[in-house]
Amino acid sequence: MLYFSPWKIGLVAVICLAGVILTIPNFLSDKTVAGMQSWLPLQGVNLGLDLRGGAHQLLEVDTESVIKQRLDALEDAVRQELRGERIRYKGLGISGNAVTVQITRPEDVELALGKIKDLAVFLPPNPLSGSGGGRDIEVTLEADNRILATLTEDAIAQRKHSALEQSIEVIRRRIDELGTREPTIQRQGSDRILIQVPGLKNPNELDDIVGPTAKMVFKLVDITMTAEEARQSGRVPAGSELLPSAEGSADQPDRHFLVRKRVMVSGEDLEDAQATFQQGQPVVSFRFNAIGAKRFGDATAQNVGRPFAIVLDDKVISAPTIREPILGGSGVISGSFTVQEVQKLAILLRAGALPAELTIIEKRNVGASLGADSIAAGEIACIIAFVAVMIFMVLSYGLFGLAADVALIINIFLIMGALSGLQATLTLPGIAGIVLTIGMAVDANVLVFERIREEIKLGKSPFNAMETGYRRALGTILDANITTFLAALILFTMGSGPIKGFAVTLGIGILTSVFTAVTVTRLMLVIWLRRRRPQALPI
Amino acid sequence: MKLLRLVPAHTDIRFIAWRRIAMAASVVLFILSAVAAFVPGLNFGIDFRGGILMEVGTPGPADLGRIRTGLGDLGLGEVAIQEFGDADTVLIRIERQPGGEEAQKQAQDKVIAALDGMMPGVDYRRTELVGPKVSSELVEAGAIAVLLAVLLMLVYIWFRFEWHFGVGAVIALVHDVGLSIGMFAITQLEFNLSTIAALLTIVGYSINDTVVVYDRVRENLRKYKTLPLPDVLNQSINDTLSRTTMTSMTTLLALVALFIFGGEVIKGFVFAMMWGIVIGTYSSVFVAAPLLIVLGLDRKRLEAEDNEAATAAE
Repeated sequence: MLYFSPWKIGLVAVICLAGVILTIPNFLSDKTVAGMQSWLPLQGVNLGLDLRGGAHQLLEVDTESVIKQRLDALEDAVRQELRGERIRYKGLGISGNAVTVQITRPEDVELALGKIKDLAVFLPPNPLSGSGGGRDIEVTLEADNRILATLTEDAIAQRKHSALEQSIEVIRRRIDELGTREPTIQRQGSDRILIQVPGLKNPNELDDIVGPTAKMVFKLVDITMTAEEARQSGRVPAGSELLPSAEGSADQPDRHFLVRKRVMVSGEDLEDAQATFQQGQPVVSFRFNAIGAKRFGDATAQNVGRPFAIVLDDKVISAPTIREPILGGSGVISGSFTVQEVQKLAILLRAGALPAELTIIEKRNVGASLGADSIAAGEIACIIAFVAVMIFMVLSYGLFGLAADVALIINIFLIMGALSGLQATLTLPGIAGIVLTIGMAVDANVLVFERIREEIKLGKSPFNAMETGYRRALGTILDANITTFLAALILFTMGSGPIKGFAVTLGIGILTSVFTAVTVTRLMLVIWLRRRRPQALPI
Repeated sequence: MKLLRLVPAHTDIRFIAWRRIAMAASVVLFILSAVAAFVPGLNFGIDFRGGILMEVGTPGPADLGRIRTGLGDLGLGEVAIQEFGDADTVLIRIERQPGGEEAQKQAQDKVIAALDGMMPGVDYRRTELVGPKVSSELVEAGAIAVLLAVLLMLVYIWFRFEWHFGVGAVIALVHDVGLSIGMFAITQLEFNLSTIAALLTIVGYSINDTVVVYDRVRENLRKYKTLPLPDVLNQSINDTLSRTTMTSMTTLLALVALFIFGGEVIKGFVFAMMWGIVIGTYSSVFVAAPLLIVLGLDRKRLEAEDNEAATAAE
């Protein structure tokens, strides 16, 4: 155990040096690190959200609603088709994942079946699973001339999947507008999205950006009666609906609008939206693409003098009167908005609408001030723990304790180097893990030193005592540390976020402690032993 | 240089002689812990119960009473307010709202609006919201993690030593985890995800300690072939006493530094680990070792196995 071949010494030295080099970026300022990238692509350790401040949110996408939307559209389409062919039907409705309708006259069934079959949308083939490439509905004829148009399993799965992907895209665009560094947006499971946005000044503001579906449509206001009349009588004209106003004012808290259901122009055709000022008021100016511009132009040309409603997520945000046909495809949304509100609205409109509703199922935001405090506290605790342990080791084991202390310093460099090199995330519990490692790292050395003491008591020479000490202790060191490592492994797989950070530093710490105790300390003591050739070991 | 010796070079403390008292005490404490886990029950944090947690920095010393009434008026059910660390940091906990995920978000919005109104310039240092779905998932994950860890340890020790040692180690582990949970129940410290992390660390450390003792027992069984088992155990514990004390001391030193200087957020976590170090060390000496006697460790059989392994290796 006391022989070190030259290449082994070299290897240990290289590893220690690597640890120091990998740690260096942590001591330099961000600018220096960025400048260094070209010739030394190293980075400082990756700080977790609880140390940097930022938002962490887990969202659930209501994929069921996307299926419902398809079924609603299908039901509508069936109605249109059957009416167009003058086919009499009854009992048109949705049951489960299918649209069902009963054809009154048996001779129409053939035609109806054909027409409904044509309503199917073709699914793009899925190169991964080899499925797809077929129609998304299966049309069957049941008893009593009942036609059933069922969404296929493939279709449902694909729609849900694409709803999730599209949601991620929209959220990514929205968050990019905030200009933060490296946000994380990833899918989790079949219907969840994880968002991590570090460095947000006010993390709670993220909700306003990510939450709203932001579906914008333009609809005509129904002028056949006032909203008040419709509400009080409880009777709404066919093809119209009552929508609440987005802004409640003190004197009109429950203001509603009576609007036609039919969508004149949809936000899907928006090309751009900007927050700007008009006559000193904050407004959102928007521009449609060619399709949208045409629709907008037609709608305004046919309805000059009438009010139309700009509806966002089923709430009316503005209802201006059409003064002249707008053929250029651009316009302005004005109302009693604040500057922040128009900025947020512009972001939402530019990024596009979410295909389905999102619900926040978990949220952990940390403000930047707490993050900085935590780092400072962690640093202090680390240094004090370090100094305390070092002094204790020297007091207890003298020279050997000093060797263990040097190994401890190298140990810290190795841990920080590993974290920086792997770009693992350091969290507050992670710092706790490092401090714990400081306390436990000396254990391996203690095991050896106590063994050496015993061997001396048995009367062995310094050389023999050290040799036997290391040999006997190695098995125990391995056994003891493997078990703690297993615990860290489980924590790593089952934990998330901060807990994962703790498991990472604990795991890395165990590996480096065993390494430094068994190689670095041993090497130093061996060199000292050879040079000094003492009569007795000062332990 | 005169070195610091916490433990004299040669000790002969009759640990095993106290085993009956120690085991009785352990059993009593374990039963107490089990009862305490239900009465008064654990103070589950929002990670496992769902709800809202906010740490806010108030401009100037916080008026807890005012905040309590202000938030209580919102009709959000149980609202717990307490000072957190210093006079101008307040920890607000709001229980899980009935009605699923959306309701939690709305409740949080109400609280933020109310706080902004009461104290303009309030600093939202940390906000956490856990809905019912995620909280039940976390409970499951936490329980599985602890069970899995204990199981893994059993397998490993069984593999490295043999089954008496494995069972002894696991019983000591269960004892440690049980008493730790009991400690949380009695002190009503918040029991959340980081507590699970602390428990797993305790599992790791306790096994670490137990293995060192067992290792020595195995060695001494071979060395002192005629010594009765209780005496071998005693010898082993005394042999490793120096190392056990040293390592516990260094680890505790580090943890105390963390407890005092590491900030308020991880205090509960660190306290749990400090407790774990103490309990882990106690259980290695007074639970894991004596259990080998109770479990009927037959050294003749061990020897026979050893000889078999030796001849097979030749």
